[in-house]
Amino acid sequence: MSSHLLSYAIWVPILGAFVVFAAGNSRNLARWAALLTAIAGFAVTIPLYVGFDVTQAGMQFVEQRPWMPRFNIEYFLGVDGISVLFILLNSFITILVVIAGWEVIKDKVAQYMGAFLIMSGVMNGIFCALDAMLFYVFFEASLIPMYIIIGIWGGPNRVYAAFKFFLYTLLGSLLMLIALIYLFLASGGSFNLLDWHQLKIGMTPQLLLFLAFLAAFAVKVPMWPVHTWLPDAHVEAPTGGSVVLAAIMLKLGAYGFLRFSLPITPDASHYFAPLIIALSLIAVIYIGFVALVQADMKKLIAYSSISHMGFVTLGFFIFNQLGVEGALVQMISHGFVSAAMFLCVGVMYDRMHSRLIADYGGVVHRMPKFAGFFMLFAMANAGLPATSGFVGEFMVALGAIKYHFWIGFAAATTLVLGAAYTLWMYKRVIFGPVGNAHVAELSDINAREILFLAALAICVLAMGVYPFPFTEVMHASVDNLLKHVAVSKL
Amino acid sequence: MKLLYLIVPLAPLLGAIIAGLFARAVGRSGAHWVTILGVMVSFIASVIVFRDVMAGHTFNGEVYTWLESGGLKLSIGFLIDPLTAVMMIVVSFVSLMVHVYTIGYMAHDEENWPADSLAGTNSYQRFFAYISLFTFSMLMLVMSNNFVQLFFGWEAVGLVSYLLIGFWSVRPSAVYANLKAFLVNRVGDFGFLLGIGLIAAYAGSLDYATVFAKAKELAAMNESVTGWPLITAICIGLFIGAMGKSAQFPLHVWLPDSMEGPTPISALIHAATMVTAGIFMVSRMSPLFELSDTALSLVIVVGAITTLFMALIAIVQTDIKRVVAYSTLSQLGYMTMALGASAYSAAIFHLMTHAFFKAVLFLGAGSVIIAMHHEQDMRKMGGLAKYMPITYATVLIGAIANAGLPPFAGFFSKDSIIEAVHLANVPGAGFAYFCALAAVFVGGLYSFRLVFFAFHGMERFRAAHAHGHDEHGHGHGHGAAHEPHESPKVVTVPLILLAIPAIASGWVIGTMLYGGWFGNAIYIDAEAHPGMATMAEEFHGVLAMMMHGVTTLPFWLAVSGAALAWYLYIVRPDLPAVIKRKSGILATILEKKYGLDEFNEWFFAGGARAIGRLLWKGGDQTLIDGVAVNGSARLVGWFASAMRLIQSGYIYQYAFSMIIGVFVLLTLWMNRT
Repeated sequence: MSSHLLSYAIWVPILGAFVVFAAGNSRNLARWAALLTAIAGFAVTIPLYVGFDVTQAGMQFVEQRPWMPRFNIEYFLGVDGISVLFILLNSFITILVVIAGWEVIKDKVAQYMGAFLIMSGVMNGIFCALDAMLFYVFFEASLIPMYIIIGIWGGPNRVYAAFKFFLYTLLGSLLMLIALIYLFLASGGSFNLLDWHQLKIGMTPQLLLFLAFLAAFAVKVPMWPVHTWLPDAHVEAPTGGSVVLAAIMLKLGAYGFLRFSLPITPDASHYFAPLIIALSLIAVIYIGFVALVQADMKKLIAYSSISHMGFVTLGFFIFNQLGVEGALVQMISHGFVSAAMFLCVGVMYDRMHSRLIADYGGVVHRMPKFAGFFMLFAMANAGLPATSGFVGEFMVALGAIKYHFWIGFAAATTLVLGAAYTLWMYKRVIFGPVGNAHVAELSDINAREILFLAALAICVLAMGVYPFPFTEVMHASVDNLLKHVAVSKL
Repeated sequence: MKLLYLIVPLAPLLGAIIAGLFARAVGRSGAHWVTILGVMVSFIASVIVFRDVMAGHTFNGEVYTWLESGGLKLSIGFLIDPLTAVMMIVVSFVSLMVHVYTIGYMAHDEENWPADSLAGTNSYQRFFAYISLFTFSMLMLVMSNNFVQLFFGWEAVGLVSYLLIGFWSVRPSAVYANLKAFLVNRVGDFGFLLGIGLIAAYAGSLDYATVFAKAKELAAMNESVTGWPLITAICIGLFIGAMGKSAQFPLHVWLPDSMEGPTPISALIHAATMVTAGIFMVSRMSPLFELSDTALSLVIVVGAITTLFMALIAIVQTDIKRVVAYSTLSQLGYMTMALGASAYSAAIFHLMTHAFFKAVLFLGAGSVIIAMHHEQDMRKMGGLAKYMPITYATVLIGAIANAGLPPFAGFFSKDSIIEAVHLANVPGAGFAYFCALAAVFVGGLYSFRLVFFAFHGMERFRAAHAHGHDEHGHGHGHGAAHEPHESPKVVTVPLILLAIPAIASGWVIGTMLYGGWFGNAIYIDAEAHPGMATMAEEFHGVLAMMMHGVTTLPFWLAVSGAALAWYLYIVRPDLPAVIKRKSGILATILEKKYGLDEFNEWFFAGGARAIGRLLWKGGDQTLIDGVAVNGSARLVGWFASAMRLIQSGYIYQYAFSMIIGVFVLLTLWMNRT
């Protein structure tokens, strides 16, 4: 099957970004060009979903040609049921980010928009690269635009945050590079991921490889205890940066587990499963408590993200279909919900220039429409049924109870903790009498803000009411992966 | 027929969407018409379905597949049987009455909002949207044929309850109460989810019929990790969910606070329907609960504690809505006891009669509150009977039914429960029987206390109003006299329509309890739990039950409770204060509601915040960031500065190090083996 759809998904936004750069100083031209590029970028990904054969477990829309023949590195792209939805999610979120930055960004608009478009293309590349070197290049490249976004358009402490973010993730991925080189040598000179999946590897190298991958992916997820870069990065990042960071970038680490750790080192994955499960549960519970006492809304949502991602890693390492599919559903849902939560905070921040909960109170009296949207997303964040937030958590919880009662028990505490930190924040910000004179002057959301919030609201509700199409896409690939992981490679 | 089933929940949903999203376009009257129409359609359809079920047509089928994963097929679907049908009628009928009543109750809602609050502008429409959304959710819950949809309805009614308790979001007490309600319910849902998870893990399905068919197999298994008897673990998990939603001790703490919401929802959600969801759910799960005497024992004891100890609090409350709220808790305790005694049909029967008479009591209390300009304190009422005859008559009917005197509805259902508890053989049944009897006396006392305190005796509101009462500021022409008057027809007509079944709905006891009416919907292991079968043998019709009833202990206990109320609040109204003074600590304990609120606030809320701060400051900031992250950065910095010392730039130092190095290497090389 020959198709260039995946190349379009990567290069349309990246090339579009250069058009945006060319627009230069004209703010209007730059943002319109960015919007058109983002829409085009999303449009080219739709055939990926429409044309996707759900009965097939293997890679689809494959593109394969030599890139650096000397090292046998290929430009090798393809998607399966695990990755295809993330490409759509990423391209969709990019549109919202452009719209969200429409009026807010006043400095260097072309560069801001361009950075997001480049990042969008690069992250699509991560999700569909089947050559390990290509993956690595995209994986590292994605750091640069985010570093720039935080470092230039960020808050007062942006330099510390940007460095922390960069160093943390770079250190992790250097170990991964060593693992990739080892696998290149072990496979007799191939960077082909699908070949690596079939490779026989002894137990000791498997364990070391697993740890090397863990270093890279755990930082990205982020898992406890390597999570502390995330709250800082979120607090300093502009709204759009937070949205992309939470909605897409956190998914890269989790995706890495499914593409590298589980299939390449299945025995080590089983060996380390108790460790990962323990770290995941710590993320759910420990971070849930930490989220409860945050005074800064963005920090609270950042901690909430870590807690929700704990469900994802938990789902992967209980090795049953409910767990893995639930985790994937949770990743997509978290893409919608965390994006929406950060956009909601952004809406308030643009008006008040404060993220502190204590500076608010009684917002509903000035912004009733906004309060309605925020309520929906808060409930989704707390995992209310009929929102997308419920589906993944429910599936993972069922899978976990099946795997081990006490693990399920610990995971289910999120029902109480998630509701507590989310709704307590909501109460203090939105309800009550009008908190102060600044709140009294707030104006409700405008048409542009309604547009992006409504788009996410529809996604959140649709996925909650009818998640079947999402899991249908994953089914064959996840099934295949689980069968693969069950077979020892020793 | 399937289309009709769909119409039942979807008609109110449609009404809610129109009234909620297009509030400005449809206006106030548009909002109440469209939602009332939706609920009316739902009620009529429910009646048709009910008749169809009576004719023997049940239904169990799927609407659409929600999700498929790991061999588990989760669907949205309906199970229509007698149990569902009776719930559909109760829910849609009470909801319809409450919708109509709300037109009167919320007519001047803008006064409850700050003048410049934009949230106050469409509050009337929003309220109708919420109660219709509630009706949709509740119907989805009762019509479900599987655990996923049950859980969906379960949480959705919780959401609407949250939104409505905090409806007047400007009041700090309201938004405190709604958060508390949601979180306490979530604690219950935690158990509920574990129960569902165990079912999914061991039965491989979340479809009622499939799970019930495997109930016997499940009863023979043990949970593999914990070693617990599986069926007991499942049932206790599910029951913890029911304890949250149906406000059983110790998860009852949210219900009294929920009275912060507008009165129509106290009637609809926090008395007649939502809080009975737990009772309904356990009845629905009777094929599981019947197999675990341990679980039944827990159920009956929790119900017994709730019944008696909540009734006691009702005696000392002075807020008219809170009296009714604690009475609701006590009545829910009765239903729970009935479940524990394997008298599921009696529980559902009491659920139904209670829905009517408690809705009357709440809406009657609401009518009084309207007349008193949003004053809820009974100490500022008194003597209202002559000003509000219809309200008075209906509240009196509700109170008699609540106290359980024949021939009112409550008598039949409550008496059946007491008898069933008497005959029950699970551990704890004796304790439960004692609590049930004691609570009958207390129930007579608090029910009639309410009637006498608010409607008879001194007209205390005159003194209260003389002190100036402008905080609620109903400035729409009541004049200076503040003469209370009867509420408008939109309020009194629903009261009358609900009062009729509050009297008469008990008379169907023969069909409902002993006629095999529930068919397969409720399962009782007649050999292990023969109580209901024994009662069926002893039942000889409504009249005979009444004749027999007046000769038994519960009747006289209720009458003496009522007589005591009469003596204390009519004959010697000076006595209650004296008793309160003399009883000292006892009165304080009751007024503090056993101190549970304070304990929860200190232990759970405070504890969680303390843990959070400890983990954040101690874990994240000090250990991870302070020691590990910034520590390693400092380590690198220290190492670099150490290296800088070596790189001094002096040739002789470099030469010296080289010579030393060569010397060491040479030594090593020469000493090699």
